[in-house]
Amino acid sequence: MKKVLQGNEAIARGAWEAGVTVAAAYPGTPSSEILAEIAGYKEIIAQWSPNEKVAVEVASGASIAGARALACMKHVGMNVAADPFMTLAYTGIKGGFVIVVADDPNVHSSQNEQDSRNWARFAKVPMLEPGDAAECKDFTKMAFEISEQFDTPVLLKGETRVCHSDSLVELTERQESKIALGLDAKEASKYVMVPANVRVRRKAIEERMRELEAYADVFSRNVMEINDPEVGVITAGAAYMYTKEVFPNYSYLKLGMVWPLPKTLIAEFFRKVKKVIVVEELDPFLETEIRALGYNVFHGKDVIPNMFELSPEIVAKSLLGGDYKEPEVRVSLDDLPKRPPNMCAGCPHRALFYALKKLGAFVFGDIGCYTLAFAPPLQALHTTVCMGASIGQAYGAGKALGKEGLGKVCAVLGDSTFLHGGIGPVMDTVYNKGYSTTIILDNRTTGMTGLQEHAGTGYTLKGEPANMVDYEALVRSLGVKNIRKVDPYKVKETMEVIKEEMERDDVSVVITTNGPCMLHRREKRGFEHPFYAVDADACRGCKICLELGCPAISWVASEGETRDGKKRKGVVSINRSQCPGCGLCVQVCKFESIKAGA
Amino acid sequence: MENNKVTNILLSGVGGQGAILASNILAHVFVEAGYDVKKSEVHGMAQRGGDVTTHFRYGKKVYSPLIPYGGVDFLLAFELMEAFRYINHCKSEARIVMNEQRILPPAVNLGMAQYPEGIPATFGQYFKENVHVVKGQEIALSLGNAQAANVVLVGAFSNFFPEIAHDMWMGALTDLLPKKIHELNIKAFEKGKEAL
Repeated sequence: MKKVLQGNEAIARGAWEAGVTVAAAYPGTPSSEILAEIAGYKEIIAQWSPNEKVAVEVASGASIAGARALACMKHVGMNVAADPFMTLAYTGIKGGFVIVVADDPNVHSSQNEQDSRNWARFAKVPMLEPGDAAECKDFTKMAFEISEQFDTPVLLKGETRVCHSDSLVELTERQESKIALGLDAKEASKYVMVPANVRVRRKAIEERMRELEAYADVFSRNVMEINDPEVGVITAGAAYMYTKEVFPNYSYLKLGMVWPLPKTLIAEFFRKVKKVIVVEELDPFLETEIRALGYNVFHGKDVIPNMFELSPEIVAKSLLGGDYKEPEVRVSLDDLPKRPPNMCAGCPHRALFYALKKLGAFVFGDIGCYTLAFAPPLQALHTTVCMGASIGQAYGAGKALGKEGLGKVCAVLGDSTFLHGGIGPVMDTVYNKGYSTTIILDNRTTGMTGLQEHAGTGYTLKGEPANMVDYEALVRSLGVKNIRKVDPYKVKETMEVIKEEMERDDVSVVITTNGPCMLHRREKRGFEHPFYAVDADACRGCKICLELGCPAISWVASEGETRDGKKRKGVVSINRSQCPGCGLCVQVCKFESIKAGA
Repeated sequence: MENNKVTNILLSGVGGQGAILASNILAHVFVEAGYDVKKSEVHGMAQRGGDVTTHFRYGKKVYSPLIPYGGVDFLLAFELMEAFRYINHCKSEARIVMNEQRILPPAVNLGMAQYPEGIPATFGQYFKENVHVVKGQEIALSLGNAQAANVVLVGAFSNFFPEIAHDMWMGALTDLLPKKIHELNIKAFEKGKEAL
């Protein structure tokens, strides 16, 4: 049976068909849907881990016990998981072990743009790269076979245009793994990476790479298509799809396995075609390796961009140069207003960041929807690096500034981000006698990636009730003495509490309450009124409420005057269908022009 | 080469308008009709109110999930400005259905930018009789639910594909939607179909 699946759904289906029984991940765009989809298969134990390092450790433990196991993450997640990953390349596996790492070329929703193929070369493990949903499913299954055949973790590279594109996939039945479950203490020397054992495994890795290189030459998804012998393209994944679209008549060597490279196939391709072009997204990964083999690459990164994503027109433009015909520009759209992402109407982050802006704080930010507070009109967030970085950075800044920094600095991060990477830095701040105020925006979910559960929500990925982390007890046990709770929708009180804590020469943690994500249906929030409306005869048109950037509030230009005769250039209006009644604008209005609706 | 022709449909709108369902209906129908299809949603951070674009392609064999710039054969826009944003993406012979709805972007809401005027007329200059403006909201409301505007638009759009049997569209609606809203959406589709 054929079905249209998203790339991520196809990876999940492939894992299921391959007989996977354990899967772990931390959500991250564009990989999040894989585990959400896997959670629907009753044969697979699927879980959100607090971070990618833990996810890889969980999956590898399952593998050592004989299960086929999967870990999934976005590209930057691999930075977190790198520690176990780099050594698991030494220990090898028992049950098939696959790590999906999904890149985000063009940085649609990430803090950097990295080419994950480098991990394969770095760790000396094989990597497969699918180009559409059908390949996502097939390659996932093949990855498990390769993993078991060569005793190695296998990387499966996703990316935005593969993970988030849909196409036809042939579905087949699930096959249970043939490997028996069980632990064997006699295998300890393979899994205990002390120097004497490492040296043995270090040699095994080289032997494995030699075998994998030979396998790459016969791997069924490294495909040579000889058409026009004048021009041959070496490519993989989405880059193949774009190039084949634009130049259907060129010859191709499409690599399903991007590491290690098939040296004999490449030699054959160079014999069969006159000019070889390498088309790949981001780094000159294939090109560098092919040049190092001594071949003359006609075009590569000299014409193909090494940043952002490719597309059919970028490939066409790069390879055709002056011969590329730009489509007709009918209308210049440079001034067309954009629709940038914005915090939702009623979002608790808006209220909190409005308070921080009023306090004039330098805010060390983190990874989550709150990075939107960087943009106008709020402009109240001043750094964003990686999961959990805000706390250590705020502490470090405080150390450098000494008493001068008191009252000026805080760290802000979400509940899921705090559990991912925030506990260690809070401990550090206490232990090393720093001062810092960490504000945990507890919105009861992993918001930006689409509302995933985590250890603080009280539910598992499969929807079962679970233990709920008590943030207060947790940070108290780390040595934090000043723990405050604030309702972010009460701006004045929130400002007072945060000001007090920022001025304190000690470690503080402020936890928000009554602030679940607006998209979260399960969580109740206590708003007094269902919505608010503008008293149009009282509004002075001062625009101060527009500084909140609330999507429910708009400006209506119209000269006139208020009930009590004050001239004005327009009024604001609240869109009733969008207003959830958070009441933030009421607290901001100086003229009592915003009234409760009923 | 006619055999290898790939047809390009661009769907554009604002988050929450139901463009995703519309693209799922198209996928259902064209797979049923025996085509290879690829579909790619293009949006930024998963936030409400941002613009949402879906590239939908069908043919004997489809490679790229993205439509080459300037290659749109059919544009289905759920909002006027989101139609305008893709006027340069269309082939000169492109056929277009746009919803007569304006959703103001933040800069316009804040009084810092103007919403462009005369969008259908500008399209008319270039695409003549191939431009169709449909009152999606109004028609859906007359049926009792503004939410069905997306299916009204799909109904109008279906006129461009006479080779697709009516049953296939109906099959997509009944397969993809919960039973209790079948009747509403079938009516919405038919009304949309008559609107062109």
